[in-house]
Amino acid sequence: MQWEVIIGLEVHTQLLTKSKIFSGASTAYGATPNSQACLVDLAFPGVLPVLNKTAVEMALKFGLAVHAEINPYSTFERKQYFYPDLPKGYQISQYQTPIVGKGYLDIELDNGQTKRVGITRAHLEEDAGKSLHDAIPHMSGIDLNRAGTPLLEIVSEPDLRSAEEAVAYLKTLHALVTYLGICDGNMQEGSFRCDANVSIRPVGQKEFGTRAEIKNVNSFRYVEKAINYEIERQKEVLESGGIIVQETRLYDASTNTTRSMRSKEAANDYRYFPDPDLLTLYVSESMMAAASQSMPELPWEKAARFQSDYQLSAYDAKVLTAERGLADYFETVVKLSQAAPKLVANWVMGDLAAFLNKNNLSIEASPISGERLAGLIARIQDNTISGKMAKTVFEAMCESNDTADHIIEARGLKQMTDSSALEKVIEEVMTANPQQLNDYRAGKDKLFAFFVGQVMKATKGQANPQQLNELLLAKLKSNN
Amino acid sequence: MSFDIPKVAYLARIAMSEEEIAAVKPKLENVMAMIDDLVKIDTTNVAPLASPLEQYQTLREDVVTETDQHVTYQKLAPKVAADLYLVPQVIE
Repeated sequence: MQWEVIIGLEVHTQLLTKSKIFSGASTAYGATPNSQACLVDLAFPGVLPVLNKTAVEMALKFGLAVHAEINPYSTFERKQYFYPDLPKGYQISQYQTPIVGKGYLDIELDNGQTKRVGITRAHLEEDAGKSLHDAIPHMSGIDLNRAGTPLLEIVSEPDLRSAEEAVAYLKTLHALVTYLGICDGNMQEGSFRCDANVSIRPVGQKEFGTRAEIKNVNSFRYVEKAINYEIERQKEVLESGGIIVQETRLYDASTNTTRSMRSKEAANDYRYFPDPDLLTLYVSESMMAAASQSMPELPWEKAARFQSDYQLSAYDAKVLTAERGLADYFETVVKLSQAAPKLVANWVMGDLAAFLNKNNLSIEASPISGERLAGLIARIQDNTISGKMAKTVFEAMCESNDTADHIIEARGLKQMTDSSALEKVIEEVMTANPQQLNDYRAGKDKLFAFFVGQVMKATKGQANPQQLNELLLAKLKSNN
Repeated sequence: MSFDIPKVAYLARIAMSEEEIAAVKPKLENVMAMIDDLVKIDTTNVAPLASPLEQYQTLREDVVTETDQHVTYQKLAPKVAADLYLVPQVIE
Protein backbone atom coordinates (compact mmCIF):
# COMPACT_ATOMS: atom_id res chain seq x y z
CA MET A 1 0.00 0.00 0.00
CA GLN A 2 1.12 3.58 -0.65
CA TRP A 3 1.31 5.59 2.54
CA GLU A 4 1.39 9.32 3.11
CA VAL A 5 3.44 10.55 6.04
CA ILE A 6 2.08 13.33 8.25
CA ILE A 7 4.40 15.13 10.65
CA GLY A 8 3.81 18.02 13.01
CA LEU A 9 6.54 19.34 15.28
CA GLU A 10 6.50 20.91 18.71
CA VAL A 11 9.69 22.79 19.44
CA HIS A 12 10.60 24.01 22.90
CA THR A 13 13.00 26.92 22.71
CA GLN A 14 14.58 28.20 25.90
CA LEU A 15 14.42 31.97 25.81
CA LEU A 16 17.69 33.82 26.36
CA THR A 17 16.60 35.81 29.38
CA LYS A 18 18.94 36.43 32.31
CA SER A 19 16.30 35.53 34.90
CA LYS A 20 13.45 33.03 35.00
CA ILE A 21 10.01 33.55 33.56
CA PHE A 22 8.30 34.05 36.94
CA SER A 23 11.18 34.66 39.38
CA GLY A 24 14.43 36.58 39.76
CA ALA A 25 16.65 33.46 39.82
CA SER A 26 19.39 33.15 37.21
CA THR A 27 18.96 30.95 34.13
CA ALA A 28 22.71 30.44 33.47
CA TYR A 29 23.54 26.91 32.34
CA GLY A 30 25.89 24.59 34.22
CA ALA A 31 25.71 26.05 37.74
CA THR A 32 25.92 23.97 40.94
CA PRO A 33 22.67 21.96 41.22
CA ASN A 34 19.86 23.91 42.88
CA SER A 35 21.98 27.04 43.36
CA GLN A 36 19.63 28.87 40.98
CA ALA A 37 16.32 27.61 42.33
CA CYS A 38 14.66 30.26 44.52
CA LEU A 39 11.53 30.00 46.65
CA VAL A 40 9.24 30.67 43.69
CA ASP A 41 10.92 27.92 41.63
CA LEU A 42 10.74 25.56 44.62
CA ALA A 43 7.01 26.27 45.03
CA PHE A 44 7.17 27.36 48.63
CA PRO A 45 3.78 28.28 50.09
CA GLY A 46 2.77 31.88 49.69
CA VAL A 47 5.06 32.82 46.80
CA LEU A 48 3.65 34.44 43.69
CA PRO A 49 4.85 34.39 40.09
CA VAL A 50 5.65 37.71 38.36
CA LEU A 51 6.02 37.59 34.59
CA ASN A 52 9.36 38.49 32.95
CA LYS A 53 8.93 41.38 30.49
CA THR A 54 11.82 40.28 28.27
CA ALA A 55 10.28 36.82 27.79
CA VAL A 56 7.13 38.52 26.50
CA GLU A 57 9.16 40.76 24.16
CA MET A 58 11.01 37.73 22.78
CA ALA A 59 7.73 35.92 22.09
CA LEU A 60 6.50 39.01 20.23
CA LYS A 61 9.63 39.13 18.07
CA PHE A 62 9.11 35.51 17.12
CA GLY A 63 5.46 36.17 16.31
CA LEU A 64 6.38 39.06 14.03
CA ALA A 65 9.04 36.96 12.26
CA VAL A 66 6.53 34.22 11.38
CA HIS A 67 3.83 36.72 10.30
CA ALA A 68 1.62 35.52 13.13
CA GLU A 69 -1.49 36.96 14.68
CA ILE A 70 -0.51 38.35 18.08
CA ASN A 71 -3.21 38.00 20.69
CA PRO A 72 -3.39 41.32 22.54
CA TYR A 73 -4.96 39.50 25.49
CA SER A 74 -3.52 36.11 26.45
CA THR A 75 -3.85 33.99 29.55
CA PHE A 76 -1.83 31.60 31.65
CA GLU A 77 -3.18 28.24 32.72
CA ARG A 78 -2.04 25.49 35.06
CA LYS A 79 -1.22 22.18 33.40
CA GLN A 80 -1.36 19.61 36.16
CA TYR A 81 0.69 16.47 36.45
CA PHE A 82 2.91 14.87 39.06
CA TYR A 83 6.61 14.48 38.60
CA PRO A 84 9.42 15.19 41.09
CA ASP A 85 11.07 17.80 38.88
CA LEU A 86 7.85 19.85 38.86
CA PRO A 87 7.63 21.18 42.43
CA LYS A 88 4.27 22.94 42.14
CA GLY A 89 2.50 19.88 40.74
CA TYR A 90 1.57 21.99 37.74
CA GLN A 91 3.35 23.76 34.94
CA ILE A 92 2.32 27.32 34.17
CA SER A 93 1.61 27.40 30.45
CA GLN A 94 -0.69 29.11 27.98
CA TYR A 95 -3.59 27.01 26.77
CA GLN A 96 -6.79 28.78 25.86
CA THR A 97 -5.20 31.88 24.33
CA PRO A 98 -1.49 31.78 23.49
CA ILE A 99 0.42 35.03 22.95
CA VAL A 100 1.30 34.04 19.36
CA GLY A 101 -1.47 32.68 17.15
CA LYS A 102 -1.46 31.37 13.59
CA GLY A 103 1.52 32.17 11.38
CA TYR A 104 3.79 30.47 8.90
CA LEU A 105 7.39 29.71 8.05
CA ASP A 106 8.69 29.24 4.50
CA ILE A 107 11.29 26.50 4.24
CA GLU A 108 13.55 25.60 1.35
CA LEU A 109 13.71 21.93 0.42
CA ASP A 110 16.72 20.10 -1.00
CA ASN A 111 15.24 20.26 -4.51
CA GLY A 112 15.27 24.07 -4.25
CA GLN A 113 11.50 24.37 -3.89
CA THR A 114 9.95 26.50 -1.18
CA LYS A 115 7.28 25.06 1.08
CA ARG A 116 5.06 27.04 3.44
CA VAL A 117 4.63 25.37 6.83
CA GLY A 118 1.84 26.59 9.07
CA ILE A 119 2.60 27.60 12.64
CA THR A 120 -0.42 26.77 14.77
CA ARG A 121 0.65 28.77 17.79
CA ALA A 122 3.55 29.68 20.04
CA HIS A 123 3.03 30.04 23.75
CA LEU A 124 5.01 31.00 26.82
CA GLU A 125 5.54 28.48 29.58
CA GLU A 126 8.02 27.46 32.24
CA ASP A 127 10.52 24.62 31.95
CA ALA A 128 10.67 21.82 34.53
CA GLY A 129 13.75 20.83 36.54
CA LYS A 130 15.99 17.90 35.70
CA SER A 131 15.86 14.40 37.14
CA LEU A 132 19.17 12.55 37.37
CA HIS A 133 18.66 8.82 37.61
CA ASP A 134 22.26 7.65 37.66
CA ALA A 135 23.87 10.03 40.16
CA ILE A 136 22.79 8.29 43.40
CA PRO A 137 22.02 4.54 43.64
CA HIS A 138 18.30 3.68 44.02
CA MET A 139 17.32 7.33 44.23
CA SER A 140 16.55 10.03 41.71
CA GLY A 141 18.38 13.30 42.18
CA ILE A 142 16.50 16.49 41.41
CA ASP A 143 18.18 19.64 40.13
CA LEU A 144 15.72 22.52 39.95
CA ASN A 145 18.04 25.07 38.35
CA ARG A 146 16.14 24.69 35.08
CA ALA A 147 12.73 24.90 36.75
CA GLY A 148 11.11 28.15 35.69
CA THR A 149 13.39 28.81 32.71
CA PRO A 150 11.23 30.54 30.09
CA LEU A 151 10.20 28.46 27.10
CA LEU A 152 8.47 29.41 23.91
CA GLU A 153 6.74 26.30 22.62
CA ILE A 154 6.31 26.56 18.87
CA VAL A 155 3.71 24.21 17.41
CA SER A 156 3.58 23.55 13.68
CA GLU A 157 0.60 22.45 11.63
CA PRO A 158 0.77 18.80 10.45
CA ASP A 159 2.09 20.11 7.13
CA LEU A 160 5.34 18.15 6.90
CA ARG A 161 5.40 15.07 4.66
CA SER A 162 8.81 13.48 5.27
CA ALA A 163 11.67 13.35 7.75
CA GLU A 164 13.72 15.51 5.35
CA GLU A 165 11.02 18.21 5.36
CA ALA A 166 10.89 18.04 9.16
CA VAL A 167 14.66 18.63 9.33
CA ALA A 168 14.48 21.49 6.84
CA TYR A 169 11.76 23.10 8.98
CA LEU A 170 13.78 22.64 12.16
CA LYS A 171 16.93 24.10 10.63
CA THR A 172 15.01 27.12 9.36
CA LEU A 173 13.39 27.60 12.75
CA HIS A 174 16.74 27.15 14.49
CA ALA A 175 18.35 29.81 12.29
CA LEU A 176 15.40 32.12 12.94
CA VAL A 177 15.41 31.96 16.74
CA THR A 178 19.18 32.38 16.91
CA TYR A 179 19.05 35.34 14.50
CA LEU A 180 16.34 36.89 16.62
CA GLY A 181 18.64 36.46 19.60
CA ILE A 182 15.83 34.85 21.59
CA CYS A 183 17.46 31.40 21.94
CA ASP A 184 21.07 30.22 21.87
CA GLY A 185 19.99 27.16 19.87
CA ASN A 186 22.27 24.82 21.79
CA MET A 187 20.70 21.41 21.23
CA GLN A 188 23.20 19.51 23.44
CA GLU A 189 22.28 21.68 26.42
CA GLY A 190 18.59 21.32 25.61
CA SER A 191 17.96 24.94 24.62
CA PHE A 192 16.21 23.82 21.42
CA ARG A 193 14.22 20.59 21.84
CA CYS A 194 11.90 18.87 19.48
CA ASP A 195 8.96 16.50 19.84
CA ALA A 196 7.65 15.00 16.62
CA ASN A 197 4.06 13.90 16.04
CA VAL A 198 4.14 11.23 13.35
CA SER A 199 1.31 9.37 11.67
CA ILE A 200 0.69 7.74 8.32
CA ARG A 201 -2.43 7.30 6.20
CA PRO A 202 -3.18 5.55 2.91
CA VAL A 203 -2.59 7.95 0.02
CA GLY A 204 -5.89 9.62 -0.82
CA GLN A 205 -7.45 9.19 2.62
CA LYS A 206 -8.68 12.42 4.18
CA GLU A 207 -8.63 11.58 7.88
CA PHE A 208 -5.33 11.52 9.72
CA GLY A 209 -4.10 8.23 11.13
CA THR A 210 -3.44 7.80 14.85
CA ARG A 211 -0.22 9.55 15.77
CA ALA A 212 2.67 8.75 18.04
CA GLU A 213 4.67 11.50 19.70
CA ILE A 214 8.43 11.01 19.68
CA LYS A 215 10.39 12.69 22.44
CA ASN A 216 14.05 12.91 23.32
CA VAL A 217 15.54 13.91 20.00
CA ASN A 218 18.39 16.33 20.47
CA SER A 219 20.03 16.69 17.08
CA PHE A 220 18.87 17.28 13.51
CA ARG A 221 20.34 13.93 12.48
CA TYR A 222 18.48 12.07 15.22
CA VAL A 223 15.22 13.79 14.32
CA GLU A 224 15.55 12.43 10.80
CA LYS A 225 16.48 8.95 11.99
CA ALA A 226 13.80 8.79 14.68
CA ILE A 227 11.06 9.88 12.28
CA ASN A 228 12.17 7.45 9.58
CA TYR A 229 12.27 4.61 12.10
CA GLU A 230 8.81 5.53 13.36
CA ILE A 231 7.37 5.67 9.82
CA GLU A 232 8.67 2.17 9.10
CA ARG A 233 7.37 0.88 12.44
CA GLN A 234 3.88 2.23 11.77
CA LYS A 235 3.85 0.78 8.24
CA GLU A 236 4.78 -2.63 9.60
CA VAL A 237 2.11 -2.50 12.30
CA LEU A 238 -0.63 -1.39 9.90
CA GLU A 239 0.36 -3.71 7.05
CA SER A 240 0.29 -6.70 9.39
CA GLY A 241 -3.24 -5.80 10.46
CA GLY A 242 -2.40 -4.06 13.74
CA ILE A 243 -3.48 -0.67 14.99
CA ILE A 244 -1.39 2.32 16.08
CA VAL A 245 -1.89 3.35 19.68
CA GLN A 246 -1.73 7.04 20.54
CA GLU A 247 1.27 7.18 22.80
CA THR A 248 4.52 8.91 23.63
CA ARG A 249 7.61 7.12 22.34
CA LEU A 250 11.19 7.74 23.36
CA TYR A 251 13.96 7.76 20.75
CA ASP A 252 17.03 5.75 21.66
CA ALA A 253 20.01 6.93 19.61
CA SER A 254 22.18 3.95 20.56
CA THR A 255 19.80 1.44 18.96
CA ASN A 256 18.11 3.83 16.48
CA THR A 257 14.66 2.71 17.62
CA THR A 258 11.72 4.29 19.39
CA ARG A 259 10.05 2.61 22.33
CA SER A 260 6.80 3.19 24.13
CA MET A 261 7.15 5.56 27.08
CA ARG A 262 3.57 5.96 28.24
CA SER A 263 0.19 6.06 26.62
CA LYS A 264 -0.66 9.67 26.05
CA GLU A 265 -2.87 11.00 28.79
CA ALA A 266 -6.05 12.44 27.36
CA ALA A 267 -5.85 16.22 27.17
CA ASN A 268 -8.41 16.79 29.92
CA ASP A 269 -6.38 14.72 32.37
CA TYR A 270 -4.08 17.72 32.65
CA ARG A 271 -7.11 19.62 33.98
CA TYR A 272 -6.00 22.98 32.65
CA PHE A 273 -7.57 25.96 34.35
CA PRO A 274 -6.66 29.66 34.46
CA ASP A 275 -3.90 30.32 36.98
CA PRO A 276 -5.44 32.60 39.61
CA ASP A 277 -1.96 33.89 40.49
CA LEU A 278 -1.55 35.50 37.09
CA LEU A 279 -3.69 38.14 35.43
CA THR A 280 -4.41 38.41 31.73
CA LEU A 281 -1.34 39.44 29.76
CA TYR A 282 -2.03 42.56 27.73
CA VAL A 283 0.22 43.41 24.81
CA SER A 284 -0.13 47.13 24.22
CA GLU A 285 0.41 48.87 20.90
CA SER A 286 3.57 50.46 22.25
CA MET A 287 4.98 47.01 23.12
CA MET A 288 4.17 45.85 19.58
CA ALA A 289 5.84 48.91 18.10
CA ALA A 290 8.94 48.37 20.24
CA ALA A 291 9.13 44.73 19.15
CA SER A 292 8.84 45.73 15.47
CA GLN A 293 11.63 48.24 15.88
CA SER A 294 13.94 45.74 17.52
CA MET A 295 13.66 43.18 14.71
CA PRO A 296 17.03 42.27 13.21
CA GLU A 297 17.59 41.32 9.59
CA LEU A 298 16.11 37.80 9.25
CA PRO A 299 17.98 34.86 7.69
CA TRP A 300 16.01 34.88 4.43
CA GLU A 301 16.29 38.67 4.16
CA LYS A 302 20.03 38.44 4.66
CA ALA A 303 20.32 35.64 2.08
CA ALA A 304 18.48 37.80 -0.48
CA ARG A 305 20.76 40.75 0.30
CA PHE A 306 23.89 38.59 -0.04
CA GLN A 307 22.74 37.58 -3.51
CA SER A 308 22.05 41.14 -4.63
CA ASP A 309 24.85 43.02 -2.82
CA TYR A 310 27.62 40.48 -3.28
CA GLN A 311 26.45 38.72 -6.45
CA LEU A 312 26.62 35.36 -4.69
CA SER A 313 24.70 32.30 -5.86
CA ALA A 314 21.56 31.27 -3.99
CA TYR A 315 23.49 28.31 -2.60
CA ASP A 316 26.42 30.38 -1.30
CA ALA A 317 24.05 32.94 0.20
CA LYS A 318 22.08 30.22 1.98
CA VAL A 319 25.18 28.53 3.43
CA LEU A 320 26.69 31.82 4.59
CA THR A 321 23.48 33.02 6.25
CA ALA A 322 22.62 29.71 7.95
CA GLU A 323 24.14 31.12 11.12
CA ARG A 324 24.21 34.75 12.09
CA GLY A 325 27.81 34.44 13.33
CA LEU A 326 28.97 33.04 10.00
CA ALA A 327 27.19 35.78 8.05
CA ASP A 328 28.75 38.46 10.26
CA TYR A 329 32.18 36.86 9.83
CA PHE A 330 31.81 36.83 6.04
CA GLU A 331 30.81 40.48 5.93
CA THR A 332 33.74 41.45 8.18
CA VAL A 333 36.20 39.70 5.87
CA VAL A 334 34.70 41.28 2.73
CA LYS A 335 34.87 44.72 4.30
CA LEU A 336 38.42 44.42 5.63
CA SER A 337 39.96 42.61 2.66
CA GLN A 338 38.22 44.71 0.00
CA ALA A 339 38.40 41.49 -2.04
CA ALA A 340 35.87 39.98 -4.43
CA PRO A 341 32.98 38.60 -2.32
CA LYS A 342 33.02 35.33 -4.24
CA LEU A 343 36.69 34.83 -3.33
CA VAL A 344 35.87 35.49 0.32
CA ALA A 345 32.86 33.14 0.15
CA ASN A 346 35.06 30.35 -1.25
CA TRP A 347 37.55 30.73 1.59
CA VAL A 348 34.95 30.96 4.35
CA MET A 349 32.89 28.02 3.04
CA GLY A 350 35.96 26.05 1.95
CA ASP A 351 39.24 26.03 3.85
CA LEU A 352 37.97 27.85 6.94
CA ALA A 353 34.80 25.70 7.28
CA ALA A 354 36.86 22.53 6.78
CA PHE A 355 39.33 23.60 9.46
CA LEU A 356 36.54 24.49 11.93
CA ASN A 357 34.67 21.24 11.22
CA LYS A 358 37.78 19.17 11.69
CA ASN A 359 38.44 20.79 15.05
CA ASN A 360 34.77 20.90 16.03
CA LEU A 361 34.83 24.67 16.48
CA SER A 362 32.04 27.18 15.98
CA ILE A 363 32.68 30.28 13.90
CA GLU A 364 32.58 32.32 17.10
CA ALA A 365 35.46 30.22 18.47
CA SER A 366 37.51 30.37 15.28
CA PRO A 367 41.21 30.91 16.08
CA ILE A 368 41.48 32.65 12.73
CA SER A 369 39.68 35.92 13.23
CA GLY A 370 37.90 37.67 10.40
CA GLU A 371 40.68 40.25 10.47
CA ARG A 372 43.42 37.63 9.96
CA LEU A 373 41.57 35.87 7.14
CA ALA A 374 40.97 39.25 5.51
CA GLY A 375 44.73 39.87 5.69
CA LEU A 376 45.33 36.66 3.75
CA ILE A 377 42.63 37.21 1.15
CA ALA A 378 43.82 40.77 0.53
CA ARG A 379 47.18 39.34 -0.54
CA ILE A 380 45.48 36.98 -3.00
CA GLN A 381 43.40 39.83 -4.34
CA ASP A 382 46.44 42.07 -4.93
CA ASN A 383 48.37 39.19 -6.53
CA THR A 384 51.10 39.09 -3.89
CA ILE A 385 50.47 35.35 -3.54
CA SER A 386 48.69 32.74 -5.63
CA GLY A 387 45.71 30.74 -4.43
CA LYS A 388 48.00 27.77 -3.99
CA MET A 389 50.48 29.72 -1.87
CA ALA A 390 47.55 31.05 0.12
CA LYS A 391 46.70 27.51 1.19
CA THR A 392 50.21 27.12 2.59
CA VAL A 393 49.89 30.44 4.40
CA PHE A 394 46.46 29.44 5.71
CA GLU A 395 47.86 26.22 7.13
CA ALA A 396 50.58 28.19 8.87
CA MET A 397 47.95 30.60 10.22
CA CYS A 398 46.06 27.65 11.74
CA GLU A 399 49.22 26.71 13.62
CA SER A 400 50.11 30.17 14.93
CA ASN A 401 48.76 33.62 15.65
CA ASP A 402 50.88 35.23 12.96
CA THR A 403 49.37 37.47 10.33
CA ALA A 404 49.38 36.40 6.69
CA ASP A 405 51.85 39.19 5.86
CA HIS A 406 54.24 37.97 8.53
CA ILE A 407 54.12 34.39 7.21
CA ILE A 408 54.49 35.46 3.57
CA GLU A 409 57.55 37.56 4.48
CA ALA A 410 59.13 34.92 6.71
CA ARG A 411 58.75 32.14 4.15
CA GLY A 412 59.54 34.20 1.08
CA LEU A 413 56.24 33.21 -0.49
CA LYS A 414 55.83 36.30 -2.62
CA GLN A 415 54.57 35.75 -6.12
CA MET A 416 56.61 36.96 -9.13
CA THR A 417 54.75 39.89 -10.57
CA ASP A 418 57.44 41.16 -12.91
CA SER A 419 56.30 39.87 -16.31
CA SER A 420 59.65 40.41 -18.02
CA ALA A 421 61.39 38.23 -15.42
CA LEU A 422 58.76 35.56 -15.92
CA GLU A 423 59.10 35.76 -19.69
CA LYS A 424 62.82 35.20 -19.28
CA VAL A 425 62.25 32.02 -17.25
CA ILE A 426 59.75 30.77 -19.84
CA GLU A 427 62.26 31.31 -22.63
CA GLU A 428 64.91 29.41 -20.67
CA VAL A 429 62.54 26.50 -20.11
CA MET A 430 61.65 26.41 -23.82
CA THR A 431 65.32 26.42 -24.82
CA ALA A 432 66.11 23.65 -22.35
CA ASN A 433 63.34 21.39 -23.70
CA PRO A 434 63.53 21.53 -27.54
CA GLN A 435 61.95 18.09 -28.08
CA GLN A 436 58.85 18.93 -26.03
CA LEU A 437 58.62 22.30 -27.74
CA ASN A 438 58.60 20.67 -31.17
CA ASP A 439 56.04 18.10 -30.06
CA TYR A 440 53.79 20.82 -28.63
CA ARG A 441 54.00 22.86 -31.76
CA ALA A 442 53.21 19.72 -33.78
CA GLY A 443 49.90 19.50 -31.93
CA LYS A 444 50.55 17.76 -28.63
CA ASP A 445 48.53 20.31 -26.58
CA LYS A 446 48.83 18.24 -23.44
CA LEU A 447 52.47 19.31 -23.14
CA PHE A 448 51.24 22.74 -22.04
CA ALA A 449 50.98 21.39 -18.51
CA PHE A 450 54.56 20.14 -18.76
CA PHE A 451 55.81 23.66 -19.49
CA VAL A 452 53.70 25.13 -16.67
CA GLY A 453 55.26 22.61 -14.32
CA GLN A 454 58.79 23.37 -15.46
CA VAL A 455 58.31 27.14 -15.06
CA MET A 456 56.75 26.66 -11.62
CA LYS A 457 59.71 24.52 -10.65
CA ALA A 458 62.19 27.08 -11.92
CA THR A 459 60.39 29.88 -10.02
CA LYS A 460 59.91 27.79 -6.86
CA GLY A 461 56.16 28.07 -7.30
CA GLN A 462 56.22 31.83 -7.19
CA ALA A 463 54.91 32.51 -10.67
CA ASN A 464 51.41 33.94 -10.81
CA PRO A 465 49.49 31.04 -12.42
CA GLN A 466 47.20 33.24 -14.47
CA GLN A 467 50.02 35.42 -15.70
CA LEU A 468 52.10 32.33 -16.44
CA ASN A 469 49.30 30.76 -18.48
CA GLU A 470 48.88 33.86 -20.57
CA LEU A 471 52.58 34.47 -21.20
CA LEU A 472 53.39 30.82 -21.80
CA LEU A 473 50.58 30.39 -24.32
CA ALA A 474 51.72 33.47 -26.21
CA LYS A 475 55.34 32.29 -26.25
CA LEU A 476 54.52 28.75 -27.35
CA LYS A 477 52.24 29.94 -30.14
CA SER A 478 54.74 32.44 -31.51
CA ASN A 479 57.62 30.97 -33.44
CA ASN A 480 60.38 33.30 -32.40
CA MET B 1 -23.43 15.78 36.11
CA SER B 2 -21.76 12.67 37.39
CA PHE B 3 -18.50 12.68 39.24
CA ASP B 4 -15.98 9.84 38.98
CA ILE B 5 -14.44 10.10 42.45
CA PRO B 6 -11.85 7.29 42.14
CA LYS B 7 -10.56 8.82 38.87
CA VAL B 8 -10.31 12.34 40.27
CA ALA B 9 -8.68 10.98 43.43
CA TYR B 10 -6.11 9.18 41.28
CA LEU B 11 -5.38 12.32 39.23
CA ALA B 12 -4.77 14.23 42.47
CA ARG B 13 -2.75 11.30 43.85
CA ILE B 14 -5.03 11.05 46.89
CA ALA B 15 -5.46 7.54 48.26
CA MET B 16 -9.11 7.07 49.31
CA SER B 17 -10.79 4.08 50.91
CA GLU B 18 -14.28 2.90 49.89
CA GLU B 19 -15.64 4.42 53.10
CA GLU B 20 -14.04 7.79 52.43
CA ILE B 21 -15.40 7.79 48.89
CA ALA B 22 -18.88 7.00 50.20
CA ALA B 23 -18.57 9.82 52.74
CA VAL B 24 -17.54 12.58 50.31
CA LYS B 25 -19.87 11.44 47.52
CA PRO B 26 -23.02 13.33 48.67
CA LYS B 27 -21.00 16.47 49.42
CA LEU B 28 -19.40 16.53 46.00
CA GLU B 29 -22.73 15.77 44.36
CA ASN B 30 -24.17 18.85 46.06
CA VAL B 31 -21.43 20.93 44.47
CA MET B 32 -22.07 19.32 41.11
CA ALA B 33 -25.77 20.08 41.40
CA MET B 34 -24.93 23.74 41.70
CA ILE B 35 -22.71 23.50 38.64
CA ASP B 36 -25.58 21.79 36.80
CA ASP B 37 -27.62 24.95 37.44
CA LEU B 38 -24.80 27.18 36.22
CA VAL B 39 -24.31 25.33 32.93
CA LYS B 40 -27.97 25.97 32.02
CA ILE B 41 -27.09 29.64 31.43
CA ASP B 42 -26.58 30.47 27.77
CA THR B 43 -22.97 31.65 27.43
CA THR B 44 -22.77 31.51 23.63
CA ASN B 45 -21.58 35.10 23.32
CA VAL B 46 -19.70 35.34 26.59
CA ALA B 47 -15.92 35.17 26.52
CA PRO B 48 -14.36 32.84 29.11
CA LEU B 49 -13.32 34.74 32.21
CA ALA B 50 -9.66 34.37 33.08
CA SER B 51 -9.81 36.59 36.15
CA PRO B 52 -12.52 38.61 37.86
CA LEU B 53 -10.06 41.47 38.33
CA GLU B 54 -10.15 44.10 35.64
CA GLN B 55 -6.42 44.52 35.69
CA TYR B 56 -3.62 43.23 33.54
CA GLN B 57 -0.44 41.38 34.29
CA THR B 58 2.37 43.45 35.82
CA LEU B 59 5.67 42.73 34.13
CA ARG B 60 9.03 42.36 35.85
CA GLU B 61 12.30 43.65 34.40
CA ASP B 62 14.64 40.80 33.42
CA VAL B 63 17.09 41.13 36.29
CA VAL B 64 18.61 38.43 38.51
CA THR B 65 17.63 39.34 42.05
CA GLU B 66 18.00 35.98 43.81
CA THR B 67 21.18 34.67 45.35
CA ASP B 68 22.22 31.09 46.01
CA GLN B 69 20.42 29.88 49.15
CA HIS B 70 20.26 26.20 48.36
CA VAL B 71 22.06 25.10 51.53
CA THR B 72 19.41 26.85 53.63
CA TYR B 73 16.50 25.58 51.51
CA GLN B 74 17.83 22.03 51.51
CA LYS B 75 17.72 21.89 55.31
CA LEU B 76 13.98 21.34 54.85
CA ALA B 77 14.38 18.45 52.43
CA PRO B 78 14.15 14.87 53.73
CA LYS B 79 17.13 13.72 51.68
CA VAL B 80 19.89 15.61 49.90
CA ALA B 81 23.15 14.51 48.28
CA ALA B 82 25.60 16.23 45.95
CA ASP B 83 23.41 19.38 46.10
CA LEU B 84 20.50 17.35 44.67
CA TYR B 85 17.11 16.80 46.29
CA LEU B 86 16.65 13.05 46.51
CA VAL B 87 13.39 11.21 45.83
CA PRO B 88 12.56 7.52 45.43
CA GLN B 89 13.80 6.42 42.03
CA VAL B 90 11.50 7.43 39.20
CA ILE B 91 12.26 6.08 35.78
CA GLU B 92 9.87 5.96 32.89
